[in-house]
Amino acid sequence: MTSAATSLVQSVDWQAIAPPTLTALVALGVLVADLFVPAVRKQLLGWISIAGLAAALVLLLPLRAGDRATFCLTPGARADAHAQTAGCSYTADHFTLVIQLLVLGGALLTALLSLPATRAKLPAGEYWFLLLSSAAGAALLPASRDLATLVVALEVASLPAFALVGLKRGDRRSSEAALKFFLSSVTATAVTLLGASFVYATTGTLHLAEIAARLDEVPGRFQTLTEAGVALTLVGFAFKLAAVPFHFWVPDTYSGAPLPVAAYLSVVGKAVGFTGLILVTVVAFPSYSDVWGPALAVLAALTMTAGNVAALRQDPARAGSAVRLLAWSSVAQAGYLLVPIAAAAYSSDDQVGATVAYALMYAVVNLGAFAVVALVARTHPGKRIADHAGLYATSPAAALALAFFLLNLAGLPPGIIGLFAKVTVFSSAVDAGLGWLAVVMGANVVIGLAYYLRWTALLFRTPGDAIPAEPRRAPAPVTLAIVLTAAAGAVLSGYPQFALRFATTGLF
Amino acid sequence: MIDISETVMQFLLAFLVVAPLLGAAAALPPAPPGLRGKSPEQAVLRHGVTVTGVILLAAIALALGFDHDRPSRMQATTDIAWIKALDVRIHLGVDGISLPLLVLTALLAFLCALYSFFKPPAGPSPKAFVALLLLLEAGTLATFAVLDLVLFFLAFETVLVPMYFLIARWGGEGRRAAAGKFILYTLLGSVVMLLGLLLIGIKAGTFDMVELAAADGRGLTTSVQVTAVLAIGLGLAVKTPMWPLHSWLPDAHTAAPTVGSVLLAGVLLKMGTYGFVRIALPVAPDGMHTLAPYLAAFAAAGIVYGSLACLALARPGAKGDLKRLIAYSSVGHMGFVLLGIATLTPTGVNGALFANIAHGLITGLLFFLVGALKDRYGTADLDTLAGATGAALYGRAPRLGALLAFAAVASLGLPGLAGFWGEMLALFAAFDPAEGLNRAAYLVFMALGGLGTLLTAAYLLIVVRRVCMGGPRPAGEPELADVQPYELAAWTPLVALTVLAGLWPAALLGLTDPAVQQLLAGGTQ
Repeated sequence: MTSAATSLVQSVDWQAIAPPTLTALVALGVLVADLFVPAVRKQLLGWISIAGLAAALVLLLPLRAGDRATFCLTPGARADAHAQTAGCSYTADHFTLVIQLLVLGGALLTALLSLPATRAKLPAGEYWFLLLSSAAGAALLPASRDLATLVVALEVASLPAFALVGLKRGDRRSSEAALKFFLSSVTATAVTLLGASFVYATTGTLHLAEIAARLDEVPGRFQTLTEAGVALTLVGFAFKLAAVPFHFWVPDTYSGAPLPVAAYLSVVGKAVGFTGLILVTVVAFPSYSDVWGPALAVLAALTMTAGNVAALRQDPARAGSAVRLLAWSSVAQAGYLLVPIAAAAYSSDDQVGATVAYALMYAVVNLGAFAVVALVARTHPGKRIADHAGLYATSPAAALALAFFLLNLAGLPPGIIGLFAKVTVFSSAVDAGLGWLAVVMGANVVIGLAYYLRWTALLFRTPGDAIPAEPRRAPAPVTLAIVLTAAAGAVLSGYPQFALRFATTGLF
Repeated sequence: MIDISETVMQFLLAFLVVAPLLGAAAALPPAPPGLRGKSPEQAVLRHGVTVTGVILLAAIALALGFDHDRPSRMQATTDIAWIKALDVRIHLGVDGISLPLLVLTALLAFLCALYSFFKPPAGPSPKAFVALLLLLEAGTLATFAVLDLVLFFLAFETVLVPMYFLIARWGGEGRRAAAGKFILYTLLGSVVMLLGLLLIGIKAGTFDMVELAAADGRGLTTSVQVTAVLAIGLGLAVKTPMWPLHSWLPDAHTAAPTVGSVLLAGVLLKMGTYGFVRIALPVAPDGMHTLAPYLAAFAAAGIVYGSLACLALARPGAKGDLKRLIAYSSVGHMGFVLLGIATLTPTGVNGALFANIAHGLITGLLFFLVGALKDRYGTADLDTLAGATGAALYGRAPRLGALLAFAAVASLGLPGLAGFWGEMLALFAAFDPAEGLNRAAYLVFMALGGLGTLLTAAYLLIVVRRVCMGGPRPAGEPELADVQPYELAAWTPLVALTVLAGLWPAALLGLTDPAVQQLLAGGTQ
């Protein structure tokens, strides 16, 4: 009797699933607490959310061995470690932990940026609930090892994001951005679901590792259906990553959304996209690498070129140009992120580590850049690049930090970690024999430098006849976010091994 | 010469790389009490002189402690793991090839700082100027001191941003466009170079230059070597610059402030040729062997092109800018360096390294002198300077005129001065290139190079005639200040070393020759 009972009730490894679970619980808690907290104390909700995210980050520590898995089909088969995790829906391996660190850390920094914004413009309770829910979904995604969980996690991460984008009440641009984002995203997710259903139809399983094993045995008449399924599944994640041709929503959405939300989308949204892509390509469909490998390589080349060329054409004097430039540059950076995944099709799975290393660097410096833009936007609400002219004269520390972030994005010293992250990506392309992609990326790095450097040079220009804006005290949370990202960037520059270690070790 | 313990030597070399970085960081905050000087500007410029001076002393100490009996051995080596993931090691070392370049860099940086102390650059606050100057020095010193391919790339890139800002912020007319052209051109080259370096590192399994040189290309197929040398060579050729990839150089030099020009010509260009000798030659000998004739052809074309461009600029009525003229002359001189390397013989490579140093000394001096002329006249336009009859510098500022004539004569390769030996050796080696290279082609290149020396002499003598000589001046012309004491202090070391290297070339060749022999022989003693 007892043995039958244990086989029916799953034993759940609560500690393994703690980080996303805690985030989701805090989200619910904040939503309920919003009803009881008086309007003047709404800031409290923000601090609770930040504490929750910090606690979730701490909960990653006990998992750092990277050998936990739960929600398994066959809890009895404990003998072989690999066979044990093959049927599990939730795995806390090194890959999961790094991405969760990235996602939760990114959400934490976004939360710091959002604190001043929620004081006045945004409804606090809803805002924190949506942000945390989305972060919980994004943290669940890298741990998912079956298609159903993967799609659910993708939706949990995306749905609150639509609302976040449209949260500026009474702002037409914000609502329009949200609608654009929503419609294109839902279409992409629907296509992914269709693809997943094709794959399920031909293989009879949803677990990624099982799919990988059974794809080889698909009968010949289902071959086309399977290939279509594989291709369609990738679409949804390519959309989240904003890869060409699924990138049109990015500039309008970023510039219409509240600034912290744009920062969040540019980092956590991207993480969701490339994590999903890595999981479906490298873990689930390795035997179809001749299908997705060339496709991703071409996609990478197109994405980085389109993003860079559009970013280069931004007029610095136009309203919102700072955010639009960061938006287009994030499209270009998504192209770089795709390169190692494409390279994995030609050599070994380990290449995707370069994507993870690059994403860590990108998350830190891009959030930092957004933080400084948010700081400047307090005095110049136009968010124009031209507003940054002579920033060094009024606030030297912020200008130096932004210069550091931009040079990291460009990949030039003193942005050493940016340079080395690019070197790992180049290295994966060269290693996989994708010489043409490496050359395209090289040309793109030069285009990228042109606009990053133009912005950097602007920071140190002596302010002309423009009256310097009244110096206002920078809000403490935003300052903290800038300090944290700058310190992280500086530490990584001195000790790049911390981020780059993932580029060579097997993550799965 | 002096027995300095290995630990101290290691420290000195590491100090050379790290000290300018720390100095650059220390230049940004306000000076501490006691070091404030007359004004914040003066204090920070003095800081620059102090730091570069200390670095120069360290470089001299390193040169004295260097074991001159075994210059082919890597000395003062440090080898620490840095980034395990990429197999990047902080591997520093100095041998007979890099030592002269290290000392030259430290010397020129010090002279530039000294010159700027007395003549602050026109433009925004000198604080950033000093910080950028030191950052630039750190990048160049690191380039010559590192023995790891990825680290070499990092050091190579480090100089870009400071040089960009030096030109874009303290430069003359058209500075922004020139600075942008400089950085985009060089970055495009260096990204391609990175691909070549990665190709070598991945195929050979190590980024360590010493190991790679010892392997002498074993383990790398010929096609990999050719691809790698093509990619690396492209990046280095942009930096050197090799005709036809030189077009960023004249603009950058024309717009750059005096100090920027001196460092650009004196040190930055050397990073390109140094890369050829240190990386392309020993690491991928087969690839270098395949591509050497093309390199030599471009080098010979560059020699003739550079001198023809200078002749055109020196013509009366051509509106030639003196700085632009010297920039084009650099293209010619660096052509000799590349020709020497492309012969793949010890003679040629030694000549190239000698010409490298000589060009750094002489062209550095020339840019200082032209900068001084520009300060006095307000323009470096040759036609405005010379007027109808000539600027008559001998009469108006005899010392300045004499120095200019000296530098010009040194630059055209007068025997007995530094410019002679390197170019002579390069031509000499082209007469008898390494085995397997097409001798007939090299004879043509040699003839072209010889023609180039003639043309070089022609345009430099025209410049001397138009600037230094001239008819009697109209009455009531404002007095022209002659050489100031601080100018003399900044220029004398360059003059003295030009004469010394011309009269006693063995001092330099004795250092480089054993190291070159070893590199060409496949890293083994």
